[in-house]
Amino acid sequence: MNAPDQYSKPAVVVHWMIAILVLVALPLGYYMTDLSLSPRKLQLISWHKWIGFTVLLLFIPRLFLRLTKPVPAPVGTMPGWQRAVASITHAVLYALIIAVPLSGWLMSSAKGFPVVYLGLVPLPDLVGKDEALGNVLKSAHEVLTSGLLILVGLHIAAALKHHIIDRDETLARMVPLLKR
Amino acid sequence: MKCNRILATALVSLVLPLAGTGAYAAQPAGTFDQVLPAKNRIDFVFKQMNVPVKGYFKKANVDLAFDPAAPAKSTVRLDLDLGSIDAGSSDANSEVVGKPWFDVKAFPTATFVSSSVKPLGGDRYEMTGKLTIKGKTRDVTTPVTVTQNGNTAAFDGAFTLKRLEFAIGDGTWSDTSIVADEIKVSFHVEAERRAAK
Ligand code: HEM
Repeated sequence: MNAPDQYSKPAVVVHWMIAILVLVALPLGYYMTDLSLSPRKLQLISWHKWIGFTVLLLFIPRLFLRLTKPVPAPVGTMPGWQRAVASITHAVLYALIIAVPLSGWLMSSAKGFPVVYLGLVPLPDLVGKDEALGNVLKSAHEVLTSGLLILVGLHIAAALKHHIIDRDETLARMVPLLKR
Repeated sequence: MKCNRILATALVSLVLPLAGTGAYAAQPAGTFDQVLPAKNRIDFVFKQMNVPVKGYFKKANVDLAFDPAAPAKSTVRLDLDLGSIDAGSSDANSEVVGKPWFDVKAFPTATFVSSSVKPLGGDRYEMTGKLTIKGKTRDVTTPVTVTQNGNTAAFDGAFTLKRLEFAIGDGTWSDTSIVADEIKVSFHVEAERRAAK
């Protein structure tokens, strides 16, 4: 298969849906955690869970597209070390995009709060109620989340660098509007 | 002929009470009133944002008297230590003892006092009584299933109460789209009867 010079349209759509949801879930998570218990907090936690679970759902078509559709090769002007860093970042991002919501769901189950997606669809409990395990999973969710935050930051910084400093096609391949 | 009748009547009147005794031997008489406190369970399920969350009370004192031969005379009294609540998480536990919820400082106990018990057939009964929480008293009715096992009987039942009728979670918490009004309460109590003389 020849590498195209564009991401496929579905891949672009799913990429940005996940990006937006992650960029909402992250600050929402930090914000709601610091609130003291209130109806508002419960509401925000529910929304946070629904957004996070949607990310998990979107990951299925995302992975399917990544594995079935060829992706464009890195732009030719990129040095080898940058290619290596990019492919490592992408792999870890994929891993965290699963691990972060999954750890949230696991935490919720362990803390004895079933997840009811959109308030309509009860999801299975992944583990039984176990307070100690719940606290471990909470830390896991926090640590993984910090990792995701750092990588998302790196990912965005690199994309902007390509576009603004290197002035190459990297970002435009994922944002067809930017094609020059 | 006449003699036969008299004899028959005499025999029957002798045997009848014996038949009665026979039945009692299989299911001895006596009132179940020795509650086994360690077996008491008061559980509840509430819904927040449609998510069912389970909780229970660690301390409940129950007094009851149940005579299977005269169930309508049964009496039940519950004193529930509201401070012993486990509402599913440590966050919730520190919240629900506070003023908007149970206001445990002012109202440490909830009580239930039965007013009537109606047999529904078989081992099922319907109990009505006065439930007092946070200074508010309401009639509640609950089915009760009694499972007798020798000299022990288990009493199980479940009913739904509306928390706002007792001002449980008022103020901002009265928004039932966050925490639903209906709370499902279930109970399990076991009692022994004093050995029949
Ligand atoms: C893209 C997905 C997700 C992201 C980016 C994300 C991010 C976050 C962040 C940043 C926090 C604050 C952590 C801290 O205290 O430092 C948080 C907390 C939390 N997350 Fe997520 N999360 C995601 C998915 C989920 C899912 C799917 C669930 C559950 C089904 C979930 C449940 C929770 C809960 C319950 C907390 C609060 C923990 C507590 O304070 O007890 N998260 N999340």
